[in-house]
Amino acid sequence: MAEPSTPAPSQTPRPQTPASPLGAPDASRYWRSNLRILGVLLVVWFAVSFGCGILLVEPLNHFRIGEAKLGFWFAQQGSIYVFLGLIAVYVVLMNRLDRKHGLRED
Amino acid sequence: MLTSTLGAIGLDVQDWTFLLVGVSFALYIGIAIWSRAGSTSEFYIAGKGVPPLANGMATGADWMSAASFIGMAGIISFAGYFGSVYLMGWTGGYVLLALLLAPYLRKFGKFTVPDFVGDRYESRVARIVAVGCAIFVSFTYVAGQMRGVGVVFSRFLEVDITLGVIIGTGIVFFYAVLGGMKGITYTQVAQYCVLIFAFTVPAVFISLMLTGNPVPQAGFVESLGGEVGTAIAAGEHMGLLDKLDGLNEELGFAAYTAPPNEIIAHSGPKGYTDVFAITLALMVGTAGLPHVIIRFYTVPRVRDARMSAFWALLFIALLYTAAPAVGAFGRTNLIEATRDAYYSADDVPMPIEADPGDATGLNADTARTQAKVIPDWFRSWEDTGLIAWIDKNGDGRIQYRAGAPFTSATSKPVFASAENGDPARGVHGERLLVIDAEPGGAGVVPTDNANELFIDRDIMVLANPEIAQLPNWVIGLVAAGGLAAALSTAAGLLLVISTAVSHDLCKRTLTPNMSEKNELWVARGAAGIGVIGAALLGIYPPGFVAEVVALAFGLAASSFFPVIILGIFWKRMNRAGAITGMLSGIGFTSAYIAYFKFMGGTRDNWLLGISPEGIGTVGMLINFVVGITVALVTKPPSQETQDLVESIRVPKGAGEAHEMQVPPAHAD
Repeated sequence: MAEPSTPAPSQTPRPQTPASPLGAPDASRYWRSNLRILGVLLVVWFAVSFGCGILLVEPLNHFRIGEAKLGFWFAQQGSIYVFLGLIAVYVVLMNRLDRKHGLRED
Repeated sequence: MLTSTLGAIGLDVQDWTFLLVGVSFALYIGIAIWSRAGSTSEFYIAGKGVPPLANGMATGADWMSAASFIGMAGIISFAGYFGSVYLMGWTGGYVLLALLLAPYLRKFGKFTVPDFVGDRYESRVARIVAVGCAIFVSFTYVAGQMRGVGVVFSRFLEVDITLGVIIGTGIVFFYAVLGGMKGITYTQVAQYCVLIFAFTVPAVFISLMLTGNPVPQAGFVESLGGEVGTAIAAGEHMGLLDKLDGLNEELGFAAYTAPPNEIIAHSGPKGYTDVFAITLALMVGTAGLPHVIIRFYTVPRVRDARMSAFWALLFIALLYTAAPAVGAFGRTNLIEATRDAYYSADDVPMPIEADPGDATGLNADTARTQAKVIPDWFRSWEDTGLIAWIDKNGDGRIQYRAGAPFTSATSKPVFASAENGDPARGVHGERLLVIDAEPGGAGVVPTDNANELFIDRDIMVLANPEIAQLPNWVIGLVAAGGLAAALSTAAGLLLVISTAVSHDLCKRTLTPNMSEKNELWVARGAAGIGVIGAALLGIYPPGFVAEVVALAFGLAASSFFPVIILGIFWKRMNRAGAITGMLSGIGFTSAYIAYFKFMGGTRDNWLLGISPEGIGTVGMLINFVVGITVALVTKPPSQETQDLVESIRVPKGAGEAHEMQVPPAHAD
């Protein structure tokens, strides 16, 4: 699965001391990165289920995965695998973001 | 070792079922005693001490009900492509839950969903509206579960449905009332293991029979193979799903992998609008169901809530990706085994010319094998009423075609009895039905179409072990699995009802000075009354329960989801917006459902071609639009509330979050 690019390479380096509670600008940077991750993942979520499984099911059925029609397979199998992958990517990216902002809980 | 000893003693299906159900029940009771709750925090949210892996399993069992375990594969096998709405809807919702709700609600860190609504919007009215929605949704759901318990008991153990419901109630009462969330969580972990094992074992064997591949998800995309599959393919190399498409079309159904006739009739976009709407309503409804959301309050940290969502979907996907495979295998096997088969071997005609020297090699024996006779399981499931056959054309063979074989008040067969009380049998030995000439009677009225066969869709899971000729213990295991699925969901729902009463209604609204000890007793009492109420609904099911359960998702989608999402992602969202949004969303949705389900509305008048099952999507949009508009023209929420929103957006300090200063609810 294509990982969305890790957020915010443009951010200015910040002190390594864990900040809690966060200062306002840092909290809003954290939140913006969070929203960017959500946005990318939800686009994929929509594309595999409503896109491949419903709106594009007929054209995709001209292709095959194994012996099954691709559109049908997305609707009954593929979308579920992608959902699982999306949550996995989310967990990894958010844990990374937490650590970057000193917000990892013990 | 044990198995072979017991096998030698010769346990039959009933013995095995009693044994496995008994052992699993003893296990649940043992866990309940070990993990009983001592405080309200343990009773409501298991003291926030549940590890993510265990929470994932518990969520899986909480979520997968008797309907998922017994009904899902059957629904898909009859609905084909259209069954995808349930598969995508009931799994895609976990993406929304993981990304948009779980981490923030865990950081908020109180006990219930109405807690969040009440605190975020500083409103007692909003809290009480949320309590009402939570109790209504949970109660309709739990009634279906108790009914499921009774059905499993009666089908496998030949116990009366009422007694079955009472036994199930006793078990749930014991561990839900004693253990609260802590007891429920660890019994659900055990119940998940029982149900997934019980679902997977038959699925593996039926996959081997039809495709030669032991992994159902892989066999699903392969060609016919294995013992039975090879015979069906008859020398051709053919994809299983292609074969099934062909079989469906031969019998007059829509192709299995194609959208159903209704969608095609509603020409393209209009038909797909409904599929789209139903899927979205189920996804959003899943993310808005209180008994699922509350599971994410039970873990120690925000990142554990995220991880729990991953484990939960993984454990759910194990069943949800196997179910469509089981559905397709089951249907292929069923059609092949029964199509034009003779009911009785005595009716198979002997060929008139049986010349051993015939150049075609056709002799009496091969003619006999070509003329199929129904398999043994057909008769045993006919005895339970899941299969019925009317020999409309009197040829002694089963014609399975598109269309209902008969109509009746319940759409189920009504079997006739002989004078001595035994089932009445026809000339071929089949069970006879009570035939009425006119609709409206107690019996069935045969239809004009060529279809002679009634098949209850539950058979796809219940009869699989027999169809695959698995040993008796597997059948007992399926019974234990069905009970595990029903009991675990019932317990989770009862907890929502109990906390809504003791915490949201009593502690937070009516009697704020109640001591923790008393609150715990109120919670136990509410759980006890809830379970008895659910049992009564299970014994005397009102006709609308099945309808309402399916529609509960629409109601959850159009009420909770937008209010929670806006509460987290839009600081400007305020009390007036939340209340008007919730009321307009759920008001529109329930009015639409009531009009088309109970007041005789027809599908020609559906809004944009959207069925009552999918209308929750429109209700949700209305909730968003009304809520945002009203919020923009009224005062922004207080600074304290805006600070609360800031604080739930960052994970650190989740443990203390519920100690945070929140202004007391305004008396509005």
